[in-house]
Order: sequence, then structure tokens, then C-alpha cells
Amino acid sequence: MRMFVVLSRLAWRYLWRNHRRTIVMLSAIAVGAWAMIFMTALTRGMVDQMIVDGISVIPGHVQIHDPDYLDDPSINNRVAYSDAELAARFEDLDRVAWAARVRVPAVVTSERESRGVTLLGIDPEAERSFSFIDYDAVDGRFLEGPDDNGIVLGAKLADTLETRVGKRVVVMSQDPENEIADRGFRVVGLFHAEMEATEESLAFVGKRTAQKMLRIGDSVTEVAFVGDDYRDVEPLYSKVVERVDDAVQVSRWTEVDTYLGTMMGMMDGFMLIWVIVIFLALSFGLVNTLVMAVFERIREIGLMLALGMKPAMILGQIIIESMMLLSVGLLIGDVLAWATIKPLEGGIDISIVAKGMEMFGASSVLYPNLDVDDVILANVVVLVLGFFASLSPAWRASRYEPVEAITKV
Amino acid sequence: MNVVLRLAWRNLWRHSRRTWLTIGAMVFSNTLLVFMISLQFGMYGLMIDNTLQVFSGHMQIQAPGYKDDQKMRQVVPDVQPLAARLRSELDSETIAARGWAFGLASSEERSYGIGIYGVEPTFESRVSNIPGLIKEGRYLEQNDAMEIVIGTMLARNLRINVGDELTILGSGLDGSFAAAVVVVAGIFDSGVREIDRNIAEMPLGTFQDVFYMNGAGHQVVLLAPDLDQAEALQTRVATMLSANDALVVQGWDELQPGVKQAIQADMSSAFFMYGILVILVAFSVLNTQLMSVLERTHEFGIVMALGLKPGRLGRLVMLETTMMGFIGLLLGAIAGALFTTWFTVNGFSYPGMEEMVAKFNLPGRVYPRATLVTMFAGPLVVFLCTLAAAIYPALRLRRLHPVEAMRTN
Repeated sequence: MRMFVVLSRLAWRYLWRNHRRTIVMLSAIAVGAWAMIFMTALTRGMVDQMIVDGISVIPGHVQIHDPDYLDDPSINNRVAYSDAELAARFEDLDRVAWAARVRVPAVVTSERESRGVTLLGIDPEAERSFSFIDYDAVDGRFLEGPDDNGIVLGAKLADTLETRVGKRVVVMSQDPENEIADRGFRVVGLFHAEMEATEESLAFVGKRTAQKMLRIGDSVTEVAFVGDDYRDVEPLYSKVVERVDDAVQVSRWTEVDTYLGTMMGMMDGFMLIWVIVIFLALSFGLVNTLVMAVFERIREIGLMLALGMKPAMILGQIIIESMMLLSVGLLIGDVLAWATIKPLEGGIDISIVAKGMEMFGASSVLYPNLDVDDVILANVVVLVLGFFASLSPAWRASRYEPVEAITKV
Repeated sequence: MNVVLRLAWRNLWRHSRRTWLTIGAMVFSNTLLVFMISLQFGMYGLMIDNTLQVFSGHMQIQAPGYKDDQKMRQVVPDVQPLAARLRSELDSETIAARGWAFGLASSEERSYGIGIYGVEPTFESRVSNIPGLIKEGRYLEQNDAMEIVIGTMLARNLRINVGDELTILGSGLDGSFAAAVVVVAGIFDSGVREIDRNIAEMPLGTFQDVFYMNGAGHQVVLLAPDLDQAEALQTRVATMLSANDALVVQGWDELQPGVKQAIQADMSSAFFMYGILVILVAFSVLNTQLMSVLERTHEFGIVMALGLKPGRLGRLVMLETTMMGFIGLLLGAIAGALFTTWFTVNGFSYPGMEEMVAKFNLPGRVYPRATLVTMFAGPLVVFLCTLAAAIYPALRLRRLHPVEAMRTN
């Protein structure tokens, strides 16, 4: 231990002997670390937002359907359980909200235009834990109960249909016998969403009103569950699986929206590659610095060896020097990243490329997300790889023949 | 060889390990830059081509406002004669007229809301790739046949095959009820989910009858021989239409703002990453050159005392850096070219990519596009930054005092 303190002090002093070189290298490490964390925070923020927005369209962390529904989302593939049965199966679930819905493709027609939508028959009370849309930011009002006779449309859709709150629209879909099921609704509210596609494609009606119109009794097409964390849905998934039988299929949200599921996995891969690429670009400079640092004190190293210092100590000293350099650089980079990300956390407006971001499935405001795990990962990767990169120059330094080294000019 | 050149060359190899490490940093970044930039531009090109070839073409003639609202009554009157006139006046065959309406498509078992294009069977294949993607049956032939082609997923969802009947319900131009029974002539597979699930095409003549269009349509699509000539063509068309306020011509970037903006968004994040790589290389060079200047202080003192001007020494340092940078540029471009060429032959893919790039109408395997620009843009920037990084060490020489310098060791 005492040896370690001595070596550390020695390494620290050596580091500042050529302060210009150390400062240049520190700046390089700091810029690298800043870039790693800054970029990751932006990407992480974007993907998180995509998933939050995406889950608000699915929504829920786990869903149950008829086994054929995902492949063929039709009114004929309904959940096999009745209302009472659902309640009996799921009422004992702790800290889990669930809601049964009717989700069918439909056509909404105004006096002027018609458009295809996804019609959602919901029970507003049960949906409160789910976030299709911001229920408070609805022009007019949101649905008041499962028997509500009104319809809530997206603001953009209402625009296209040239309709507004108070006007009537006709909704057409099909019943299980493939007879046209249609009904007039009064538009009671218009919702706003981050993404235009959401505003164009969703329409909400009362669950029981929808069931009556579609002539499906009290059956539904999906039951959605929301648990604690969308990143880790396995506990919720297994709880739901335990409570159902083969008549239905249980899916995680990553399976319902495979694009978002892939995105989440890719995000972690991208982050690691980015960190490693930056490290590699840095590593040339790091090794160079160490090689130089060793070179200019060959004679001293020779002297120390001649005086009886063990080669392992020389090795240790160089590695400590490298780790110190990296740690200080990383620390500066971390602080820099924190200082640049904090003021941006209110969101970065990138609406200038909004349509492009919508192609990615991302919204036009970017909220950087400084995730502690990401920061730790970046720092650890750099330190571990840095350790290995410094092995070679350190090893060479410890292998000098004392006599040769001392006489070297 | 000139004396100065020889001097610089020898100085460079004084610490060959250091020089090689610095060159290594350049080669690493250059290889990465060449590959990434080639890949990026390959993807952008595909993205634009694939998106435009489906429906939008390079430009369209529409009624003002149609692009945003797609309302039934925003028509182009006498659309087929207009397209015919354009074909003869512009002496181009890649021009076709279309109508678009929203309707409910019902088979025996299922009903879905879809978008229906009315197209000119003879000319559509020259502006869109859909006619070439027929998987079963055939494409439309007669301008007034009661037939339709639909996407694979729609066919599966409707549970119909080629030869089956499909009922179309919608509203006509005048708001009246429109209905028709058509036969499925063919099924296309574009690979893009949204299109395969939501789009059908019928002959324009039939379309105009069914939806009471009275000879009108909604768009005339034009395709230039290639993207570079699109702008010139658009200007020509705009002058031809200038007499008519009821029509406008919209370029591809207005029709598909998402594509352009997705490219912009992707480019800005990519350039951020490239910038960081280049900065890290510059730090490496700065460090190396600073070291090489500092360790020669004594030597520089002597030659200055012998009458050499500091300016010449500065130029010597710059010359050394240029040589080093040039080796990095050359090796980097070669390594990058080899690396990229391998992928231009074999294509580039990673797990999950197919799911992701499908959003941008891209296949699961992309081929980088290597051009002179993509080969040398990155390495040249690295080269210039290398030179910039050596300015500080070179300028330091001006402050050198011969006598003091000779005393340093």
C-alpha cells in the first residue's frame, strides 16, 4: 500500500514534468469523453422519446390478443374472455394498470372528405394510466365514459375532414359477419400529439358504444397492461402469462412494435461502438504520450533499476501514470458534458427537420437524456481499454537493462 | 533532393515509433471517414431513388394546397389531355396523370379503408415502380376496365386473390355516394408495409367514372432522366403553367419533405461525429509536433546562432508535418478505398438494420457508393487540420532565443 502511494506520487510528478504534453493529451481525452457522453445523451434522449411516443400509440408494456390478431388485426380476432372473466383474472395484479379496448380499422366521413383511421373504443376511466395522448390538452372535452356517444379526433384529421367540435361525422367499419357497421358520432373533442401521424390516424369513442356499433357484445380486441418500467417488462410479462391460457397470446411491446424494439436494442450497440471508436482515435495519442514519457527518462529508469527497484514497480508506475492521465481527462470531459447537457434538458427544437425526424419515428423536440449508466459505461470502457493500451509501453520500460539504459544518451 | 526536404524527412524518422503512431491515428480516422461517407451517400441516393420511384416522381402538377390537404375537390381539370400535351411538348414519355381517392374496400369477409390511385395503365410504369412489382396476376391494361391491383398485405388482410371481386365505397367529387365492384387483376409487393397494406390502383378512366371526376384528376407526375436534371425540368414546366393559377408544380423535396430532412438530420449528426474524430487526430499531431520541437530546442538554438531565421525553422516544422500528413492521407485513402470496395461488392448490413432502414424505403443490405469525393473529402479535411495543428508548435519557434535555447538540455 505504501508502495502504491509512493508510486502514485512519483507518477503524478512525472505527469507534470512536461506539462504542455500532458495538457494537450488531457484536452484530447476531455474532448473525446465529452463527445462520447454528449452524443450518447442526445441519441438516448431521442430513442427514449421515440419509445415513449411509440408506446403511447400501442400503448401499454404488455398486451394480450387473439393469437391471430397481430398478423390479421380484424374484428374477427377478438380476445376470448368476457368482461367478468378479465376482471377475475387480473384484479389481483399489484401496481399494474390494465385496460380492455376495441381497436379496429375504420373510415371516418364528414360532409366533405373521408379518411381511414384506427378506431379505439375505450373506457376513459381505465385508460388514465395509459398515455395515448395528453388527455388534458384536448380542445372541447375528452370522452366521459364507456357509453359516451361522442368521438374525439386528432386536430390534423379534423382539419382534413373540414370538421370541428360540435359537428357530426359518420364512422364505418365491419361487424364479424362482414356487414358494414356504421354510426354517426358528434365530434366532442380534438386532441393534439407530438407527431402528425398520430393526429391523423387515431379516433377515440366509448368502448360500449363501439361494441354496440360493431355488434360484438362485450368482447374486446386487446387488453393492455402497464407496469413500472418499459425497459424491463419481463416481470409484468410473466405475471400476465400466468393468468391466461392458450386462447390468447401475450406480447411485449417490443413484439407489437418491432421497429421500436429493434431501435432500443440498436441504441445500446451504437453507444458501445461510438465509445470504442473514440477510444481508438484517442489511443494512438495515449500510447504516443507514454512512449515519449518513457523515452525521455530512460536514464532515470535505468538508475532506479540499478538501485534495486523491481521492474514490476516501473511497470506499475507507468500504468498508474496512464490511469491518472485518463481519469483526470475523463473527469474534465464528464463535467463538460454535464455542463453542456443540463442547459439543454428543456429540449432542443429541431422542428426544421420535423418531417425527417417523423420518418425515424421521432418527434421534433430533442430531450437529451444524461443516463448515469451510459456515463459509467463510457468511463469504464475508456479506463479498461486504456489500461491494456498502456501495457506495451510500460512493459518495454520495465525491461530495460540498467547499464544500457543509464549510458543511453 | 533539396537539402531542406532531406532535413525534414530525416527529422520525421528520428522517432519512428512516434511518427508511425501519429500516422496510425490519421490512417484510422481516414479509413473510417472514407467508409462512413461512402456508406452515407450510398444510402442517401437509394433513399431518394426508392422513395421517389414509388409514387412521387421528381415533380408533380397539382392544384394549390393539394400537397398538404389531399382533398378530393382540389383537382387538376382535364388531367389526361394535360398529361398528353406535356408529353408532346416536353418530348418525354415519363409523364403520367393520376387521381387519388379514399375508399372502403370490402371483400366477402373483410373491409378496410384504403387509398385508391386512378392511373394511366400505359404510362404509369414509366413514372412508378409499382407496375413492375406485380407478384401475382398482371398490371392494369385498359383505361376503362373494371379492375384493380392491390398490395400483398391488403390482399392477405382482405383474404382475396387475383380474380376475386372487391367492392369499393367512397364519396365522389361532388360529395355523392360512389360505389363500384372491381376485379382484382394483380397483387404487387413493394416491400414497404404502409404501401402494401393501404394502397390500390385502378385505371384512371374507371376511377373518373366511379368517383364522378368529370375528366379531372389530382396530379400529373413527371420524372426527369435523373435527379440532377429535375430542377431544370421543373423550371420549364413552371413556365408552361404560368398562365394558369389553378395549377402549381411541386418538386420532390416539397412532395417528400421527410426524405430531405431525414438526410439533413442524419448528416448533421454524422458530421458531428466526423468532426470529433478529426479534432482528436489534430490533438495527436499537435502533441507530436510540440514534442518534436521542444526536444530540439538545443539544436534549433545552434542553427539560429549560426544565422538561420526562425521563419525558416517554422517552415521546416510545417514541411515535416506536411510530409507526415501526406503519408497519412495516402495510406488512409488507400486503406479506406480497400475497406469500402470490399463492402461495395459484398454490401453492408448489421442485425436489426433491415427493420430500421425499411422506414426509409431501404433494403436490408446497403452498398456504399465510392466516388472521388467520398474517397478524398475526409482524408483531405484530416490533412488540413493536421497542418493547422502544427501552426502553434511552428510559431513557438519565433519566440526562441538562440543563447537561451542552446543552454537547454
